[in-house]
Amino acid sequence: MIREGLLNTLLMLGLLAVPLIAQAMGEPFVITLATKVAILALAGVGLNVALGLGGMVSLGHAAFFGIGGYAMGILAAPVQAYEPLMTWPIEVPGTKSMPVIWAAAMAAGALAALAIGALSLRTAGVYFIMITLAFGQMLFYFAISWPAYGGEDGLSIYVRNGFPGLNTLDPIQFFALAFGLLALALLFAHLLARSRFGLALQGARQNPARVAALGIRPYTLRLTAFVISGAITALAGALFADLNRFVSPAMLSWQTSGEIMVFVILGGVGRLFGPVAGAALFILLEHWLGGVSDYWKLFLGLILLAIVLFARGGMIGALAGRQVAHD
Amino acid sequence: MTDPVLAVHDLSVAFGALKAVDRVSLDLRPGEIHALIGPNGAGKSTLIGLIAGGLRPASGRITFLGRDITRRDTAARARMGLARSFQVSSVAPDFTVLQNVTLAVEGAQGRAYGFFMPALSDRSLTDRAAQHIARVGLLNRVAVPAGDLAHGERRRLEVAMALAQHPKAFLLDEPMAGLGPDGAREFTQILDELRHEAPILLVEHDMDAVFRLADRISVLVYGRVVASGGVAEIRANPEVQRAYLGDETLP
Repeated sequence: MIREGLLNTLLMLGLLAVPLIAQAMGEPFVITLATKVAILALAGVGLNVALGLGGMVSLGHAAFFGIGGYAMGILAAPVQAYEPLMTWPIEVPGTKSMPVIWAAAMAAGALAALAIGALSLRTAGVYFIMITLAFGQMLFYFAISWPAYGGEDGLSIYVRNGFPGLNTLDPIQFFALAFGLLALALLFAHLLARSRFGLALQGARQNPARVAALGIRPYTLRLTAFVISGAITALAGALFADLNRFVSPAMLSWQTSGEIMVFVILGGVGRLFGPVAGAALFILLEHWLGGVSDYWKLFLGLILLAIVLFARGGMIGALAGRQVAHD
Repeated sequence: MTDPVLAVHDLSVAFGALKAVDRVSLDLRPGEIHALIGPNGAGKSTLIGLIAGGLRPASGRITFLGRDITRRDTAARARMGLARSFQVSSVAPDFTVLQNVTLAVEGAQGRAYGFFMPALSDRSLTDRAAQHIARVGLLNRVAVPAGDLAHGERRRLEVAMALAQHPKAFLLDEPMAGLGPDGAREFTQILDELRHEAPILLVEHDMDAVFRLADRISVLVYGRVVASGGVAEIRANPEVQRAYLGDETLP
């Protein structure tokens, strides 16, 4: 058993070291893989706020991931077509600026989470799972049937969006952006878990009736957490679309929701760095096993089964032991 | 006579055909312990649930501190100063004693929406929490997860959480259930001191404790108040003896 803090440090250093070594060896593909890990981990950090801290098993987080992706596509597409984003009531141009796109993605994700959460959180347990899944699928089919932004075929953005002072087309610089945002999100999630809000939210996960009897409404706590969660996952979606320079309805599909949840469960539900470990393992398996066999997801399934059955705290839990109470 | 802190008027609720609480009226006056007794299934916990806010009455009214709270939700009632304990110990099991009471202080302050500063480094929370923990004698257990506490300790933790709410009235649902004779004696002492904080509506099966603590007793049978009055009066009431006290000696 090693301490969780040490484990987390090693994890982040590993994620940082791999692309740096790849850069030195001239392996841009490995850098892209590491960037993918950082972005998917960020999506998982978002879900972990809802799932780990709040106990909300959302099977609809692809909605926020996809909304982030489409926010990027919708803002950037008019620029490459030399058209304004909208002309009425006022003319608004599109943008290729990442900070603007990120802000828009997070706002859109938060708004969608507010609407979906306000309705879904009136239910609990399996009904909550089903209703979040249903909302996700609604958006998926909407994206498929909406021709303005590519419909089923998706939308290509030929040049990656820009960030002031960086050349985002350089894989290592784009990785640095994704890694930096992941680190910020982790710091925020760390503070959140220990804050007054985090205490109340985790209390409401364990015993909602008690928290209500203390004068704090569990519904409002959960809805707030769901909105924060949706915003973070939408930010990851915007980055993911920028990584691929492509956004399609697949980002909104329920398989995506499942994968984000798999990252969290693989790494450890409620463990701060769980999504990082989970996303890293997922991408490693996809890359290695995917090269060996088309049926690599069968092995992923077996690993997931083993972790759920034998290591309730996921990989982090298996390596660092039972979660200690926050001090 | 002073105005009651808490009063219910003609309160009723039914589950299907069962009238769990049937036109109950009672009140809680400043400084008193008002015990609610009755056989199992008499509707005592249901009544506590109606007053605390988890359940909605079919008819009737609840007033607290002179205001009608019938339509307010649990959290709003708690913020007005209605502190409740549950029949089955109700704490956050993964949280330590300190975290549980800190959460209660946070609720009392009405400030649960801080997102960045660590709650357990906030002296305005933890100092107050520590005071309440000290009052119930759990200071040497602050860092223990509530789920690992002994039953009696968990009961005392609930009292500390209730104290942290700066209550204007306590609703205590069988606080001594499952405590041994020693534990019950000790807890009787705690409750006796608690009445100086705020009046207590006490549901309890331990008759020794009830007769020692209560200023008034109401007897609930099949959802109705069959008798209400001082301790001596209730002991002497033949209907009460038939309906309830006699019942206790039956196997």
